[in-house]
Amino acid sequence: MSPPLIQTRGLTKNFGGVQAVRDVDFSLAEGELRCLIGPNGAGKSTFFKLLTGQLKPTSGSVLLRGKEITRLHAHEIARLGIGIKTQVPSVFNGLSTHDNLWIAAARHHGRRAAARVVEEQIERLALGLFADQPVGQLAHGHRQWVELGLVLCGDPDLILLDEPAAGLTEEERVRTAALIRDINRSHPLIVVEHDMSFIRTIARHITVFDRGTILMEGDVGQVFGNQAVRDVYLGKRVAA
Amino acid sequence: MIKALYGNWGLVATALVGFALMVGLPNVLDLYDLLQVTVYIIYAILALSLAFIWGYGGILCFGHSAFFGLGAYTYAIAAINMGESTAPMAMAILLPAALAAALGYFMFYGRISDVYVGVITLTLTLIFYNVVNSTAGAEYHIGRALIGGYNGIPNIPSLNFPLSPDDALDPTAMFVLCMAVLMIVYFGLHGLLATRFGRVLVAVRENEQRVEFLGYDARLHKLVAFSIGGAIAGLAGCLFATWGNYVSPGIFGVQQSAQIIIWLMVGGAGTLLGPMLSAMALSWLTAELGTQQFVNAGAVLGAILLVFVLLVPRGMAPMVAERLVRWLPAPRRPARLTHELAQKGKV
Repeated sequence: MSPPLIQTRGLTKNFGGVQAVRDVDFSLAEGELRCLIGPNGAGKSTFFKLLTGQLKPTSGSVLLRGKEITRLHAHEIARLGIGIKTQVPSVFNGLSTHDNLWIAAARHHGRRAAARVVEEQIERLALGLFADQPVGQLAHGHRQWVELGLVLCGDPDLILLDEPAAGLTEEERVRTAALIRDINRSHPLIVVEHDMSFIRTIARHITVFDRGTILMEGDVGQVFGNQAVRDVYLGKRVAA
Repeated sequence: MIKALYGNWGLVATALVGFALMVGLPNVLDLYDLLQVTVYIIYAILALSLAFIWGYGGILCFGHSAFFGLGAYTYAIAAINMGESTAPMAMAILLPAALAAALGYFMFYGRISDVYVGVITLTLTLIFYNVVNSTAGAEYHIGRALIGGYNGIPNIPSLNFPLSPDDALDPTAMFVLCMAVLMIVYFGLHGLLATRFGRVLVAVRENEQRVEFLGYDARLHKLVAFSIGGAIAGLAGCLFATWGNYVSPGIFGVQQSAQIIIWLMVGGAGTLLGPMLSAMALSWLTAELGTQQFVNAGAVLGAILLVFVLLVPRGMAPMVAERLVRWLPAPRRPARLTHELAQKGKV
């Protein structure tokens, strides 16, 4: 059997006396779309940062296809094929949409191929209207999509999205959900999300975090029907 | 070919003007003015090096005179010892570049934040200032060259034509050389900024974290840029030392460092042409103010900086470019069928 796409073993992160992530064993299969949920302070974001090399764990390890990546730098992890979208859009505000995407595409392609990849992403994300505008001037939703485009230009093996629906309008959320489902046809994803209605539109498998550990894992029905999950997070109103 | 020239009309115009000045000015100006213009050009080269690392690389180097001064002193000491100028000139470029690389390694690989990069570089130039300033006396010498402390080093050999130590450059040749170096540096940096390295460097300035998420090593990009900036500043220092045949520790002073930053702020960080022109204009202004006793030149420079920071925070070049953009042909990509794309772009 081939090793899981990404796996953590006994992953732990302490901040001073606080254990933000405690002894987490997590694994994701090829092709999967996994949502991470949990109340504020459950350790989702810390876990996310441990996966992407933004934080180094206190103990435990992260493996990508069985290869240890725990101590690598963020750019080395990116080179191994992990694409990241952060919670607050992390883009190049002073550069145009086109130039933003070009920087991402040029990492993997020569001049001509990069130009083609950029055009493809601009079309896919419907950013043509804003191609020559500095990204800093765009609306929040469009900046989110530009960042998604940055990730997609690298054609990564695994995509990690931190709250992709945060701050979006209803219409934008519907489009983002459609985009995520579309991306998942060719790429495995891990999505950290707060918004329950958004989760319902994209999720199949869910991992629930609580107080730094994995409370439970299962498909949408199991998780939303679970009493413990309801107690810590969802509340009876949502689950009903 | 013609299309490429038209698309880069600004660069072509700059090249033509530069070339015309290089050939024409020696015939128009008298010797004194030609010497003055030569030093303004040397300052413009210095301004370009900071424009590159600060304006494009986002590296807040507050002590850029460290590299300028090191280039000047390296040339002075090496030229006095060797009696010819070609190898000393190379050393005056390489040593500051090596210093920048070493310092940059600790700053960027140690993830020192921007503000502290400013503090560290400023401290660096002050260390140079104090060390060099306190080396007066016969016991401080490197080979045959006395370091001279606060007296500086006089009688630095002029540049000579390569391989013929007795054939020194006259003021006209020196002017042409400086002008040529200025153009090579200017167009070289332009070319560099158009490469993937240059574009990623600008991206590092915009968002270091995102650059890393895309798989680029931001630290390496900053290190290389900083070293190139150090090399160019060293080259300018070398030209400066040979221009006046004299160098003193004042070259490492806060005033010198501040001046470079003022050129950058007034001309416009994020452009090359702006800092280059403002370095020349402000140096000329400083020299003019120096001829009268009514106001202090430093006070005027300070006032100019204040006015610009408050009223034209992005500097001259971006402001002028925005005003002109409606009147001049701009290199733009063809307009897209944007509306159509947006319509069918729904996934």
